[in-house]
Amino acid sequence: MTKLKDNYFEIKRAGINSTFQDNGRTNLNHIGIPISGVMDKRNFILANALLKNETNTPVIEFAYQGPLLEFNGDKIYFVITGDVKFEIIKNNNEKIIGSPYNVYAIEDKDQIDIQSTNKSVYGYLSISENIILDEIWDSFSTNTKAKIGSNNGEKLSDNQKIKISHKNRNTALTKLNYIDKKIEYIRVMKATNFDYFSEKAKEVFFKKEFKVTKLSDRMGMRLEGQILENVVSTNIKSEGLVKGVVQVPSDGNPIIMFADHGTIGGYPKIANVISADFDKIAQMTPGTAIKFKEVNLKEAEKLFKLYNLETTNLINQIS
Amino acid sequence: MIKNILNLGDAAVYCDFGKDVNQEININVINYFKNIKDKKIEGITNITPSYNKLIVSFDLEVTSYSKVKKIIENIELDKKFEKENKLIEIPVCCEKDFKLDHDRLEKKLGITYNKILEIFFSKEYFCYMTGFIAGMPFLGDVSEKLRAKRLKTPRVKVPKGSIGLTEQFCNIYTYESPGGWNIIGNTPLEIFNKENLSEPALINPGDKVKFSRITQEEYDKIKR
Repeated sequence: MTKLKDNYFEIKRAGINSTFQDNGRTNLNHIGIPISGVMDKRNFILANALLKNETNTPVIEFAYQGPLLEFNGDKIYFVITGDVKFEIIKNNNEKIIGSPYNVYAIEDKDQIDIQSTNKSVYGYLSISENIILDEIWDSFSTNTKAKIGSNNGEKLSDNQKIKISHKNRNTALTKLNYIDKKIEYIRVMKATNFDYFSEKAKEVFFKKEFKVTKLSDRMGMRLEGQILENVVSTNIKSEGLVKGVVQVPSDGNPIIMFADHGTIGGYPKIANVISADFDKIAQMTPGTAIKFKEVNLKEAEKLFKLYNLETTNLINQIS
Repeated sequence: MIKNILNLGDAAVYCDFGKDVNQEININVINYFKNIKDKKIEGITNITPSYNKLIVSFDLEVTSYSKVKKIIENIELDKKFEKENKLIEIPVCCEKDFKLDHDRLEKKLGITYNKILEIFFSKEYFCYMTGFIAGMPFLGDVSEKLRAKRLKTPRVKVPKGSIGLTEQFCNIYTYESPGGWNIIGNTPLEIFNKENLSEPALINPGDKVKFSRITQEEYDKIKR
């Protein structure tokens, strides 16, 4: 019997912010370790569902420009999710324009060139094999700030190799027709320091537009456009933070906490993005206008159920 | 005791223990934290204690605000966890390269650096919380004679191991990070060690810390 070749990707170009992610690690906030994990959960779930992978299989998450990977080994399957422009460059130099949510097979020396995300930030690459990664605290997620997790807590870098398992799983070339709807509002709930803000600031928060700034990453998103005047105190005694909380520091510009956020902070909390809208807000690019709409707890819980139902429906539509 | 329970977004319970920052309130927060953690309640994804708040995050797919709130309201507190707290000795070197805010502190506090260090090293500190960055302990209470505000413009890089002061607290930078605290010295110890999977943070909420002054020579020896 001939020896099987090693399966691996060679990273020809790492992209801007390419990391390994899964659902993240829980119950470590009390020692300063955030939850991390994917920024767009639905696209992560779909990426694994399209390949019939187990639900929490780690994937490569990329932002804006993704990696260019050369595959070495025996045939595997991959899928890309998100609003992503990519090409498959076959080993005979033939180029195939890729479509997200479509499973493709690749063979030895084929390349996947993930060129860019269209009017969105994050995309996902999942494969039919397991990427060989280090698990720490029940997660493969990379947290580049704390240097924890897969790939020694670092982003992907040029010329590195990623080892892949060798199960030779047969996978159907499944696909899904999915275009993410844009929404007009990001829905939020009032948070614990809402009354720290002036009447005018409260009104502005729900009526005027904010803009996403370039100072946005996996830790958080800074907004600008309206200054929110604080009439009580611009500092609170440091306390825990959660994903989606909107803090307002003394300059009056809101910051929304994302997956890799610091676990505690001392700025007043004006609002909280509802769980159903986490994926949407994470995908907003710098320059995008944001308007907030208030919902109550009951509505937020209902909207989350609806969000989950939509995801389930999409999984059922995979053919 | 908990004064008020609110929701923070749709997937977290916000337990408010009041406005004051003192050890009595914080011990209460930590006691709740340890008891809730011990119960291993289904769906809970994080329990984050701070000076006078406790935030319990959960997976909205598994449970809900009303369910988790009810559990917290009815929890029976077992005091046994108080015994878990440790006293940890942290060696600190306050030589030239490490005392970044020597001049600023002397000027602000109006006492000599030797006096500052004498006061600083004379007492034990209590760990109110650990976090912001991995393993960073927030310790108190610093003597009233040593209370200084944070820097107006934070440093872009505070060296790993730096011991910082701000108002009634001191902290330890577990790795290089931006920060605005007044730096008086540096410890050669690994305060956060991810290789130690079960106990990565050396100092946990509720622990006590005694700083001991070491020379540059001793510092280098430990560092090696």
